[in-house]
Order: sequence, then C-alpha cells, then structure tokens
Amino acid sequence: MMAEFLIEMRQISKQFPGVRALRDVDFSIKKGEIVCLLGENGAGKSTLMKILTGVYKQDCGSIYYEGEEIHLTGPRDAYERGINIIFQEFNLCSNLSAMENLFLGNENRTKEGFFSFTQTRKKAKELFEKLHIDIEPDIKVSQLNVARQQMVEIAKALAYDTKVLIMDEPTSALTSKEITTLFSIMRTLKERGVAIIFISHKLEEVLEVTDRIVVLRDGENCGNVITSDATKNQLVSLMVGREIHNFFTKRTQAPSDEILLEVKGICGNKIKKASFNIKKGEIVGFAGLVGSGRSALARLIIGAEKKSEGTILMDGKELIIRHPKDAIAAGIAYLPEDRKNMGLVLPMTVRENTTMCIHRKLQRLFGLISNKDEYDITDHYIDELKIKVFSREQIVETLSGGNQQKIVIAKALAVTPRLLILCEPTRGIDVGAKAEVHNIIATLADQDISIIVVSSELQEIFNLADRILVMHEGAITADIPIGEANQEVVMKAAIGAV
Amino acid sequence: MRANKSNNIKKYAILGVLILLAGFFSIVTDSFLTASNLMNISRQVSMLGISAVGMTCVILTSGIDLSVGSVMAIVNIIGAKLMTEAGLPIFPAAVITLIVAAIVGLINGVMISYVGVPAFIVTLATMISLRGLAYVLCAGMPIWGLPDAFRTLGQGYLGPIPIPVIIMLIVFAIGWVFLNRTKTGRYIYGLGGNKEAVRLAGIRTARVGTIAYIISGFLTGLAGLIMLSRINTGQPKIGTSFEMDVITAVVLGGVSMRGGSGSILGVLVGVFITGILSNGMILLNISEYYQQIAKGLVLLFAVTLDTVANLRKN
Repeated sequence: MMAEFLIEMRQISKQFPGVRALRDVDFSIKKGEIVCLLGENGAGKSTLMKILTGVYKQDCGSIYYEGEEIHLTGPRDAYERGINIIFQEFNLCSNLSAMENLFLGNENRTKEGFFSFTQTRKKAKELFEKLHIDIEPDIKVSQLNVARQQMVEIAKALAYDTKVLIMDEPTSALTSKEITTLFSIMRTLKERGVAIIFISHKLEEVLEVTDRIVVLRDGENCGNVITSDATKNQLVSLMVGREIHNFFTKRTQAPSDEILLEVKGICGNKIKKASFNIKKGEIVGFAGLVGSGRSALARLIIGAEKKSEGTILMDGKELIIRHPKDAIAAGIAYLPEDRKNMGLVLPMTVRENTTMCIHRKLQRLFGLISNKDEYDITDHYIDELKIKVFSREQIVETLSGGNQQKIVIAKALAVTPRLLILCEPTRGIDVGAKAEVHNIIATLADQDISIIVVSSELQEIFNLADRILVMHEGAITADIPIGEANQEVVMKAAIGAV
Repeated sequence: MRANKSNNIKKYAILGVLILLAGFFSIVTDSFLTASNLMNISRQVSMLGISAVGMTCVILTSGIDLSVGSVMAIVNIIGAKLMTEAGLPIFPAAVITLIVAAIVGLINGVMISYVGVPAFIVTLATMISLRGLAYVLCAGMPIWGLPDAFRTLGQGYLGPIPIPVIIMLIVFAIGWVFLNRTKTGRYIYGLGGNKEAVRLAGIRTARVGTIAYIISGFLTGLAGLIMLSRINTGQPKIGTSFEMDVITAVVLGGVSMRGGSGSILGVLVGVFITGILSNGMILLNISEYYQQIAKGLVLLFAVTLDTVANLRKN
C-alpha cells in the first residue's frame, strides 16, 4: 500500500547552543503537491529544511519517506533519495555551459570514457523542452540573467531523479513576468508528481501557486491551511502572532517643490541617456524588469561605475562624482541590492560596519578613532532602527537578514544623507522587518531626505513612492505620479510597450 | 575585538602550541629555560616580529608579500654601501635605506592594487629581481667596515633588554593601535572582509591596499637594518627564505589567508612559536637540513589550521 505522504516529518526538535530552533514540528508533503513553508526569518524554516536535506540531524523526531522511516546520513544521502534544494544563491559554475552544469558530477561519457558533448547536448535539450524552458544548451551560464540561471538550476535538480524539490525564496530576484514563467514550470513539475516545498515571503505568490501552507513561528507549528481557504491577513497574523491591519505606514508630509538632484542625459554601461530629477523629501520608485538598468543607473549616480556622458546637478550646481567617496561627500548614500556581497563586511562588528562611511569624521588626535563617538553613533542607530543585537561588538555575520539589512541602512544614515538611494531595501527579509523598514523610509522622507527606491516588488514601490519612474532596456520610459499609477501602466512601460 | 568563534578556537589552539613547545624544550634541554636563552630567543625573533607586523597588514587585505626576504637583502647592501663607500653618517644612511624599502612596498602596492596584477606574481617578481639587484650592487662580495656605533641598534641593550626586542615591542604596540583604532587600519580589515562593500562606503580601496604593502616594505627595511647591525657586514644572501618564516609566523598567529580576520597579539604568539621552534632545534643539535623540513611542515600545519577553522565556520 502506498503511504499517504511522500515525506512525513514528525515531532522534529532541534536545539542549538542557546536557542531552541525547532520544537515538535510536523511537516508532510504528498506527491505532486506544492506546499509553502511560511514564517518570519528565524522561525525555523531553514533549520527544518536543513534537517530534511541531511545537513543537520534532528535531536528528536523522525522522518518517513514513502511511509518508511529513514535516517539521513548527510546531504549526499538526501540527494540520492531524490530530495533536492535550490538555494537563494545559486550553485552554478558560471564559466561552464548550461548543459555542463546540468550534468555536473553526473557526466555523460562516450565509450572511450571521454565527455560526450553530443549526448549531453541531446539530454539537455530534452530536459529543457520538457520544462518548456527556452535555453540554448551551449550557452555559458555567465551570459544568462538571474532568472535563466535559476531555470538552469531547476533543470539541474531534475536532471537527477528529484522527487522532492525545495525552493528557497526562488522569486526574490525575479520580475513578475519571470515569476509567471517560474510558476508554470512549477506546475509542470507538479503534474509529473514532484513534491515542491516553496519558501517565500511574498504572500501574493504563495496564495497563487501553492496547494497548502504550513506556518512556523518561533520554531513551532502554528498553522496548516489549504491555500484556497487562506487569506493574506490570516497568514500574516499566523506568522507574526498578531493582526497587522495596516501593512505600511503612509507619509505625513508631502514632498517640497524644490528640486534636490537633477540627472541629465547620463550614459554608461547598460544606460542610455537617462534624465530625471528628484525633489526634497520625495520618494521616487524605480520599477522595471531585472536587467532594465535600474541598479546600473544607481551605480552610475554614486560613481561606483564610470559614466561616459551626462551631468548630475545638486541644488542646481554640477556635481563631479568619480568615486563613491565623492557621492558620500555630497550627501548621497547608497544601499546596494546585495547586502552580503556589497553592503556589509560580514566578519566585522556591528559597530565597525555602522560607522564604515564616516571614519574620517570620527578621527581625533593622531588620527585615532574616537571610541566614545563611535559607540554613541552605533547605539543611536541600534536604538532608532530597533536593531536586535546582543552588543554593538557582535559580528554581523551572525545576525538575521532583517537585522543585517538594518545595519546597512544605519551605515547609510550615518552619513546624514540628503539623498538616499535604496536598491531592493527589503529583499529576503521577513514581513515584520519589512514593515519596519518601510516605516523608516517614510519617516526619513518626512525629514526632507530625498529617497530613490529601486525594487522588483511592485507592491513595495506602490506603497512607498510619491512618483514612479519605469525603466526599460537602460532608458527611462515613464514618469508616473503615484495618483495616476496602476499595475498595468507600469508593466506596459516596463516591457517597452508605450 | 574580532572575537568570532573560529578565531577563538584558533587563538587558544595556538597559545596551547606555544606552551607545549616551551614545555617540551624545557624538559628535553637544560639550557632552554634560562633567562639568557629566553632573551636570546626574543632577540632572534625581533626581526621576524617587526616584519610580521607588516605582513599582517598585507595578509589582512587578503594579499601576500613574498618580497620581504629580498627587501632585507637590498636594505643590507644599500645601508652598508651608504655607510661605507658613500661615507654617510649613520642616521641619514638609515633613513635613506628605510625610504628605499618603503618604495619597494609602494611599487608592489601600486602594481597589485592599482594595476591589478595578482599579489603572488608581483611580489614573486620583486623577490627575484631584488635578490639579483643585491648581488649586482655588491658584485657578490660582502661589504665590510661598518661604523662601530651602528652596532648599538642590533647588539645593544637598554638595561637587561636587547634594543631589537624593544623596537619589536614598540612596533607591535603601534601596529595594534594602527589596526584597531585608525580608519586605515580598519579599512585594511574591511578590504579582506569585503572589498566591494568598502569601496561602496566611499573608501579608496586601492590606496588602502597600497598602504599595506608600503608598511610591509618599511618594516622589513627596519628589520633589515637591525640585521645589518647584528652581523655588521652587508650580505647579499641575507634573508633567503625569510618571507616563508614571516608568513608562517603570521598565519600561525591566526591571521586568515583569506584576509579580514586575525589579531596582532596572535601574531606575536606566532612569532614566538617560530622562534622557540628554531631555538629549540638548535639546542637539540638538529641539523639545519632537518630544521628546514620542520619549518615546511609547520607552515603547512598553520595554513591547514586556518583552512579547517574556515571550513567549520561555513
């Protein structure tokens, strides 16, 4: 007799030094089911998945696979049983072709024992076709954009006989169109009987694509709902344990009419003659598909990359920016989209990261950094942004995503900026922290700081911005006041159909 | 400080090694645990220690400086020439020599940080060329006849403590303050931890990287002067494989080869381990050939320890 569930995890507990990560958690999934594992950062989702993939061993509880109890000996064991995970950060060799990545470690060989290109190419084509993915097997992975790299990653998981596919925030780097494609791939997999565990913070997506939602809070089960019966508010309250009626705070003050920054016809890598301006205390949202040039434009403005043409005016006077230090000197702070690789020095402390941009100002006699000033500034931001840390000397690597993001924000605020450029300010952080970050952004704008928000989440832009600029293939294709904006208008401009 | 877990494991492990080694040599030899031998070890490691502070800066940026042994040779020859043939007084001769050493660091730094040539290649090239230059300058012959007063630097005492040891301790103290309390010092850590984040924070990363190599060159120059004073002749072959001793000491001291983590106090421990090891082996009459085998194994051990600690962290 077939067991009802493909995977059943019963009464799983896991203790780490000082923290109880999981307490008697149950989780199960059937063949061909898409189950969302929902919870704030730190709720225990990753720990549970690490147990399922053999990375950690549970302290108590058992795992059943097709009704039989299994004891995973390690990640390899889980993989060989067909339990496969796709991480937020991809594990592809970018210097190899798509097909070589598909069969990495599992190569097709000719009779003589050499790598067989013909066979690999044929198999890769078949695999891509089955998933309705349109990727040339010979293309180098480095030439693919994030969305397509992810598709290669999914195909790679299926090149091996995968029965359970865990997707950890697969949509965080994708645009809405790409997400639609991803969902149709997920549905194809579902039809083929693959069980998919979908981890995401984006409730709209969860409601759209999953069959069932399992909610964790503080390492315990706190909800198991059929998706068709679920509502967004219900899920949010399950996750945070309280009803959030008002997701995002609105502004209390309208932006002024005075223009702070004017960008005139700047060109550079991926950017074609972009011009726009921003007023004091205004929040301008940049929407567009991934690769449309939003973050590239931000990098040109702050001097992280060289612009080939164009000028930037601040208060009507030309600004010469050749290096990020010039931008900071002019009061332009930047929050990069990738906090781990660009925003933080992970092995350094909260204090050292927070004051990274302003060490010059903290110098006292003999160029020594003033301890007291540094402590005061760090404590001020820990307090103001409600950053949860044991001490200011904590290594930022050990903080949760939301708190790390707040440190990057603190670092930018320490500059006391007049213009704040935020790229994906809430990527990969949980709902509660996200609302807090949005509150912070609105408060800053109320203090007359101008803010540029680049985001792939349209909802976020609609919630925050006073005005939306849309980019398509390196050019600004629309400038829409928030009152006139709707999803359709923005999407049209984003795909260049204006 | 940078008190993350893997670092702590490394730190205690290394302190344990120091104590074990000292204990071992105290038992197997009569002469190890005597005041004069301990002073002797301190004096012997002083040059290594001074150079190691510079190497620490370089490795923290995730770089490497292989040229330190050859810098020592070039300093030896140039310093000796200036004091003998050129007849310069000691002080200006020493200053010029230090400037030359710093310039070597500058060249290394510019090639690595501004031009972008891998540090391993740049410093390997300067290591080879400078060694050649040292031989060329003195035509392969030792330089004799240094002024007597110059001996004080390497051979003198202040009270019971040898002057080189005092210099080393001062260098370590300044190194600690520099790395922990100045912005450049902190950027040196940051550069090894995440270069892009540091650059986006408005810091001229190439300049910080270059400064690390200049410090390495300058401090090795200082070590070279002490060496010159101790042997009292200019020797073109001096400092051969010195770079390996310095790197071993720094990595033993817990500085990660990947950059970004490690402490100057750990390096001091690493320096003494290296020193005690070679002193102990000499006391035990172990041949120089075997000593070399041991040194290689210690380097491998140090880097393995670093690698394993990093693996555990991930």
